[in-house]
Amino acid sequence: MTVVSRPSTVHPTPALDQRSKELRRTIVRMIQAGKRGHLGSAFSLVEIIRVLYDEVLRYRPTEPKWPLRDRCILSKGHGCLALYAMLADKGFFPEAELWKFCHADGILGGHPESDKIPGVEVSTGSLGHGLSIAIGFALNARYEKAAHRTFVILSDGESNEGSVWEAALCAAKHRLSQLTVIVDYNKQQSYGSTFEVLDLEPFADKWRSFGFAVTEVDGHDLTALRSVLTRLPLAADKPSVVICHTVKGKGVAFAEGNPEWHHKSKISDEEIRALLIALEASAS
Amino acid sequence: MRKVCLDMVYELAKQDPRIFFIGSDLGAGTLKQFKREMPDRFFMEGVSEANLIGMAAGLALEGKIVYVNTIATFLTRRCFEQIVVDLCLHRANVRLIGNGGGLVYAPLGPTHLAIDDIAILRAIPNMTIVAPADANEMRRFMPMTVDYPGPIYIRLAKGNDPIVTPEGPFEIGRAVPVRTGSDVLILTTGVTLKPALDAAATLAGQGIEAAILHLPTVKPLDADAILRSASIVPAIVTIEEHTLMGGLGSAVAELIAEADFNPSKRFRRIGIPDVFPDQYGSQASLMARYAITAEQLCATITELLSPATPHPGLH
Repeated sequence: MTVVSRPSTVHPTPALDQRSKELRRTIVRMIQAGKRGHLGSAFSLVEIIRVLYDEVLRYRPTEPKWPLRDRCILSKGHGCLALYAMLADKGFFPEAELWKFCHADGILGGHPESDKIPGVEVSTGSLGHGLSIAIGFALNARYEKAAHRTFVILSDGESNEGSVWEAALCAAKHRLSQLTVIVDYNKQQSYGSTFEVLDLEPFADKWRSFGFAVTEVDGHDLTALRSVLTRLPLAADKPSVVICHTVKGKGVAFAEGNPEWHHKSKISDEEIRALLIALEASAS
Repeated sequence: MRKVCLDMVYELAKQDPRIFFIGSDLGAGTLKQFKREMPDRFFMEGVSEANLIGMAAGLALEGKIVYVNTIATFLTRRCFEQIVVDLCLHRANVRLIGNGGGLVYAPLGPTHLAIDDIAILRAIPNMTIVAPADANEMRRFMPMTVDYPGPIYIRLAKGNDPIVTPEGPFEIGRAVPVRTGSDVLILTTGVTLKPALDAAATLAGQGIEAAILHLPTVKPLDADAILRSASIVPAIVTIEEHTLMGGLGSAVAELIAEADFNPSKRFRRIGIPDVFPDQYGSQASLMARYAITAEQLCATITELLSPATPHPGLH
């Protein structure tokens, strides 16, 4: 019998510092305000978004369409709470918008829309769209001889979509070295483990065989993320993919790796209190 | 018509550096001059239609005008969600050129018959749908696609289609009055203008004067022109190379039903019934099988205008 080795879903979790905790607290408060949200999917993404927006991407919050900005598409649109917390933190829109998450008079919905939210490059929500659009961005940058880069953040469940792999073939064909795919590989999709629902392994080898330069990193380790994301591209003549090993619900012990917390609706005040207490109690 | 359309893409691209072309896996040599002269704006990306649409959207969101070409069914059926989300939601300036609109690919069977393309796309906000009748109309239409805002679906006919459209400026969203008459109004889109003209000539010999309003743009529909033309006739007939569910006939029926004409108008639709075509043959033979013909138009109109035909409004 062949034994297939699985990447560990439990690895030593780096401690969350105050900024990572604060971003998560903001996400919890948004879920409280909207009475719903993809908590687990946002929590696995916080450090990726944080390093990108704190240290990697070039952008101007007061000029969201600044032509020289790096383009970043959150293709896993359901992780938008992490993005919203960061965009508000950077001043793309007033913080007050956060507390109108999913409200009729708010701009922040359960999936991000580019015509409503300054700083959101593309409307996403349906999975498997972002990489192809990112290819269009990157091809345009090449045509215009522009220096800006294109980033696209995928989820692991999203990588079930055939369109992701059509796009992967295309990105490699065009040797789009200014394009970086970041995968939030938290190994949980809505129903359960990615290994059980639709196994992606050997995931890194798949990307490699499709023509990408590949690296893997602990997606909650700020130092490791910084080290990878500031030395892109990984190869001069290939698109890059950074597979970030993450923990769904990272930072709240009872939500970590628990599919129950993929998405929550009708969340109670008691659950909100429990989340905030657990977050505070997590290693720091 | 297909040749004129692609030739126009080339001509327009020479004049405008914003214009890009993306094909799937088209016939060898397609737009070879474009590829040779403007290689950085020409892409042939393989049998990956969903990716084509997203890629085109990305280019369009950066200010480019992107013409995407492949077989109509693969564009409209396979890529429905990419068209909805990537193109229509973002109002992306992408022009989808669908080969083989309607029954053109009769010998290739139901996988290649774009008999539902208009219905599929009509349901999407921000989409524009244009089905020219002949190469001349295509030539007048294509320059209008450059600066028109939002996505456009361009339905191609077979090629070497008879030239039937009157000269005159083309405006997207504007109906084309082709013939005047006070007995019946025939509404056409795409190549069904030809059987309408033939039927009108036959009917004229019988003393029935048919008006013809050609609707190359099915969405947005020129409702004002249709209602204006409808108001002066007792009967209206639509004819389309498309399923009767959701195409031109449906769009016109919606208008007529809500127009509160008094007395009400007699109304019939001619098109493909709710079936997958079950024969091969040719476009012409399938058109005949489903009675999308001048003869059927004459028969339908004669019956509608006959005093012996019960009028539902008179009961």
